[in-house]
Amino acid sequence: MKKTIFFGALAVAGLAAGIVSAGTLDDVKARGKLNCGVSTGVPGFAQPDANGVWQGFDIAVCRAVAAAVLNDSDAIEFVPTTGKTRFTSLASGEIDMLARNTTWTMSRDVDLKFEFIGVNYYDGQGFMVKASTGITSAKSPDIDGVTVCIQTGTTTELNLADHFRSIGMSYEPLPVESGAEAVTQYMAGACDMFTTDRSALAARRANMETPEDHVLLPEIISKEPLGPLVRHGDNDWADVVRWTLNALITAEELGVTSANIEEMAKGTNNPEMNRLLGSEGNLGEMLNLDADWAKRAISVAGNYGEIFEANIGSGTIIGLARGVNAMWTDGGLIYSPPFR
Amino acid sequence: MAKNNAAFVRHQLIEEQAPPITERGVVKWVRENLFSSPFNVIMTLLSLWVIYSIIAGVAPWFINGVWNANSVRDCYDILDGATGACFAVLKERFPQLIYGFKYPSTEYWRPNTAVILLLFALAPILFRKLPRKFLLFSLIYPFLAYWLIWGGTPLVPVVAFLGFVIGIYCFRRFSANAFALGAIIGVIAANIFWVLGGYVVDANETFLALQAVPSRDMGGFMLNILLGTIAVALSIPLGILLALGRKSNMPIIKWICVLFIEFIRGVPLITLLFVANVILAFFLPPETSIDLILRVIVMMTFFNAAYIAEVVRGGLAALPSGQYEAANSLGLDYSKSMRFIILPQALKISIPGIVNTCVGMLKDTTLVSIISMFDLVGMIRGPILSSTSWNGVYWELFGAAATIFFVVCFSVSKYSQWLERQLETSNR
Repeated sequence: MKKTIFFGALAVAGLAAGIVSAGTLDDVKARGKLNCGVSTGVPGFAQPDANGVWQGFDIAVCRAVAAAVLNDSDAIEFVPTTGKTRFTSLASGEIDMLARNTTWTMSRDVDLKFEFIGVNYYDGQGFMVKASTGITSAKSPDIDGVTVCIQTGTTTELNLADHFRSIGMSYEPLPVESGAEAVTQYMAGACDMFTTDRSALAARRANMETPEDHVLLPEIISKEPLGPLVRHGDNDWADVVRWTLNALITAEELGVTSANIEEMAKGTNNPEMNRLLGSEGNLGEMLNLDADWAKRAISVAGNYGEIFEANIGSGTIIGLARGVNAMWTDGGLIYSPPFR
Repeated sequence: MAKNNAAFVRHQLIEEQAPPITERGVVKWVRENLFSSPFNVIMTLLSLWVIYSIIAGVAPWFINGVWNANSVRDCYDILDGATGACFAVLKERFPQLIYGFKYPSTEYWRPNTAVILLLFALAPILFRKLPRKFLLFSLIYPFLAYWLIWGGTPLVPVVAFLGFVIGIYCFRRFSANAFALGAIIGVIAANIFWVLGGYVVDANETFLALQAVPSRDMGGFMLNILLGTIAVALSIPLGILLALGRKSNMPIIKWICVLFIEFIRGVPLITLLFVANVILAFFLPPETSIDLILRVIVMMTFFNAAYIAEVVRGGLAALPSGQYEAANSLGLDYSKSMRFIILPQALKISIPGIVNTCVGMLKDTTLVSIISMFDLVGMIRGPILSSTSWNGVYWELFGAAATIFFVVCFSVSKYSQWLERQLETSNR
């Protein structure tokens, strides 16, 4: 097929119209590969390692879906997308799903015609200041007149303005183009404060020469629910991705880990776990998958909690605490509808 | 009296003596150039101070540079507060900077070979003293390079090459009677051969096959060179044709060329790249997606060709009209007068402009990092700066990228100056 296309393009012989696709799930199965849109790099969330293998928290979602659908967590074509190209790539069908720390907003869901299938990380905009400034809170009076490094054209810029207006203080914005530039300016002392998503702040701070000299302020001034998304209109495929993510979450809730999954899959006295892992009921069949789909998804890198700890958790350099991303049973927001 | 007063005449020359120490060598040069006036003295001292402060500031950074570390934090530990670069990132990620992160490491010899062979392929085009037989290799080279870099079975480029040969043969055969007939028959013959060849290739996928590397896996500086070389090689002939078309007397050809040039020149390259990456995906059916690299090459070729066309048009305009008239009066037809009289002179005038455009093109290939291709800059901005190990190392990486580009672009410009001297025929 590929060769004929090459010669076709070479000869400008015109392009045969493709067959109208039946559904993304069938396409993915027929292709034997999942086209997963990822970011070009966000520390801890998506990054190729020195051997060129993609690693990260968002990558784990892609791998879980590929394992559930294709029984191979490596049968993925990772398509790197930038903030500018991600939505068109998804809308045009170049990728089957996008797992690229994308904030779930109403306009993206409704106007851009996408289907957010859940939230895998609740982020929010935070602040970093040098410890030497003595600022400990983004609402304290000594924050008045502070210089803030802020990326232009982002929602963070608007959130910042809203925040300072609401506490009735003034600030001096120092516009920068990228996160990297912001750090350079911040380190050079051009601004006292640097604001962006807290997960990004934590990653930046971890790689500073003396992380202990920099403080993340406790305030979070915006909601940034990050989640994978698919195209509108293919609900079967959206269900597969949604319930794969839910399977990872439910596995943590039920205590299924990569270590004990083999044993649990043999059948337990917990009916929901049995339904999840396929020893009971026909949930897999409803998704047009086999009974072991969720087991395979969880086997790749463990449940939600394990993935979190391995990529961005407190044991890693980035060192994010679970916080609002803890299970609902631990007072967090991570919650999956029941497997029934 | 007259005899006695005869003037003293020396019979031998006084032996040559060395000029005074202040009038020779370094001292003279320094006095004349650096300390000739009070103003110069001040400027010299000021410049020395500036140079000293730069070196004093930068040297420790280089000398203390850390070459062995696993992450930027290791670097900080080793440096222990001293100023110093973290060159370890270059050491660990060097293959990624050059080849991207997905090109299989066992196959690095293939792009390397392709680059070395490129020098051989360019030589007969650039150096006219070499035997003309070598040009045959230059003709084969693009197909050879395709096989080396993309892998797969060599039948693909062989079929493509033979298709061209057949097409050109048919064209030669039939164009004696009518140019258009020859061109049409040539194109049809080549197409038939390619379609038939496609079946042969599909049936023999593994024949002498190298490991296939999809376009998406190209990256690093290799991608810049790849895009730059192909775009430049294709755009120079296209640009010359466009320039000739724009000066043509035939209104339709002229207006097509003018429209093309003005439209492409009026649009930023990055817009064209977005079209290639994003918009085309909407127009083409999902299953017939053409390689992203191919789409980008087409856009870059168009863009560069439009600029080169204007440079060549400048060269054509610079020729005195006597040259055109001389060609006509010799009874040469259009193609002969262009080939033997006009273009050799016009292109010689255009060399600096063409090289200028092409060096610019090579550097513009870094724009593909914005449409999420991992060229040299894309590798740095994306995977390397976003890795938990190397997040925060900026100067070393971008410095390395600048150095690599400088070396390549400077060599190209030096070469073009040399070429201009070689082609210099007038007595200035």
